[in-house]
Amino acid sequence: MLLNQFLILGALLFCMGVYGVLTRKNAVMVLLSIELILNSVNINLLAFDAMTGNSDGNVFALFIIAVAAAEVGVGLAMVLLIFRNRKNISLDDLSEMKG
Amino acid sequence: MLGSILAAVGDFTAPKVDYHAVAPELVLAAGICVVLLVDLFVPEHRRWITGTLAGFFMLGSVLPIVTLAVTGSDVRDALGDGRYMVDNFSLILKALFLLAGYVVVLLSTNELEEGGYYQGEYYVLLLSSVLGMVMLASSRDLVSIFVALEFLSIPAYMMAAWRKRDRKSNEAGVKYYLLGVFASAVLLYGMSLLYGLAGSTKLTEIGKVITLTGDKVGVQVVAVAFVLIGFAFKISAVPFHTWAPDTYEGAPTPVTAFLSVASKAAGFVGIIALVYLTFPAASDVYRPFLWVLAALTMTFGNLVALKQKNMVRLLAYSSISQGGFILMPLAMAGTGDAAGPALRAVVTYVIIYAATNLGAFAVILAVSRKTRSGEISSFGGLFSYAPGLATMMTIFLASLAGIPPLGGWYAKFGAFRAVVDAGGGWGYSIAVIAAINAVIATAYYIMVMREMWMKPVPDGDVTPIKVKAPVMAALAITGICTVLFGVLPGLVSKVGNLSDLAGAFGR
Repeated sequence: MLLNQFLILGALLFCMGVYGVLTRKNAVMVLLSIELILNSVNINLLAFDAMTGNSDGNVFALFIIAVAAAEVGVGLAMVLLIFRNRKNISLDDLSEMKG
Repeated sequence: MLGSILAAVGDFTAPKVDYHAVAPELVLAAGICVVLLVDLFVPEHRRWITGTLAGFFMLGSVLPIVTLAVTGSDVRDALGDGRYMVDNFSLILKALFLLAGYVVVLLSTNELEEGGYYQGEYYVLLLSSVLGMVMLASSRDLVSIFVALEFLSIPAYMMAAWRKRDRKSNEAGVKYYLLGVFASAVLLYGMSLLYGLAGSTKLTEIGKVITLTGDKVGVQVVAVAFVLIGFAFKISAVPFHTWAPDTYEGAPTPVTAFLSVASKAAGFVGIIALVYLTFPAASDVYRPFLWVLAALTMTFGNLVALKQKNMVRLLAYSSISQGGFILMPLAMAGTGDAAGPALRAVVTYVIIYAATNLGAFAVILAVSRKTRSGEISSFGGLFSYAPGLATMMTIFLASLAGIPPLGGWYAKFGAFRAVVDAGGGWGYSIAVIAAINAVIATAYYIMVMREMWMKPVPDGDVTPIKVKAPVMAALAITGICTVLFGVLPGLVSKVGNLSDLAGAFGR
């Protein structure tokens, strides 16, 4: 069974995604990193689904794809909003409030 | 492939849906459509209708909850497969979410009309978010928990950034969005592992597998930890709280009230479902985890709150530390017979905290309309020109501090009783930490009271504050609840029994 290989791929993607979220300063790159994590979850779910044989995992993955699309829509709209008001999308400059 | 799918279609029978059980959700869904359509066809100067309609639908979907509570069996399996249960636990929390949503509609009305912010869309998003919460209260399956959680979060991200031209509001929205989505992603990774371990997404099925025995203990621990981390973001537990103060300060005040009460309560509902249904045999993992989170959350929240100058930011840190108190009994849920008292403590705490905190935000909204400032010093001498508001604020702050005979006192009492009942090293130590924190918290609540009662008015402007009717109604609802729950704790002490949550601890 190839399950291990899929899980390792999923874990690697997850780690890359978390690393990207923690280090990237560009809002769009952070969004992309989050997408990586979501796709690692999808790989996991599909691999487990193939192993167990019921379709719960497939359904779950479909829901994640749909919801992730909605999420990215909202996220890009917000990045656009920030770009209009500030002319850049660096997350380090987002520090109007402190304390 | 296609042939087998078509062959399966022949055997398809539609699941029996208990429409009475899902009536609250259906009313809300209808409300979303109606408000969206009305917004399309109503001229700009009559857009206030959308707010009235939204409030109407919130209250309208409380009606089926009442009929569900008084008639029929205690547990209704809405879709017939045990993945969407309507039990007394979910009913009481649905009612809480809907009433909190109604109070937020009352708080939003004037704010939105004067600011000229897209009223129709706002109420559609508010209704969607409340629908997500109502669904979360009944979800007993990983997929539906995830969908409900996103359903309540995505509209909330947009509402936090509602003032499009305001840089602070942008920042509030983006910080909330990025950390919220990241948290969901981590939560999902944990969920995918849970599914892999159990081969099912049903919470109670997973609960049979997560026993911390066998050769997959490592994966089980990782899965439980990731799922809890995901929810810790939602309830802004330290060290996953960094978004909360900035989001609360930057978002429009009614949205802040909504986030700090309803959104937080929804996070706790999710944690309760997982701890009681999915991890009953994994208390060795979640107890130390939630214990540390609770201790850090209440201590850090309180210490930072002490030095705040901005009123909303003070309440943000206060709500973080209150979250620690709510988390405290949950950490001890798996110890001895503490499961029942812990569940009741969490549910009553969430209800009382919701009434009190919404009330505090209503006062802030009313006062800042006149002072145009969020600083604590702008509350100086409030009693001399708005004695009613000052008295209400004092009641709410005293309740948050846990001073008898107000609601917050009973909530704290329940939380302490649950952990002391659980006993042992974990129980007594967290009770001591919580007791110290309760004293620290009183200090900053009293600081605000002193400002209102003893300090002079900062700019000498003592024209009385005219409180608009909707805000007055919100103040009345929250004020009455806060006082009543403290004087007659019997009203809330009956809710949140262990038997109310179907299938809790394998029962």
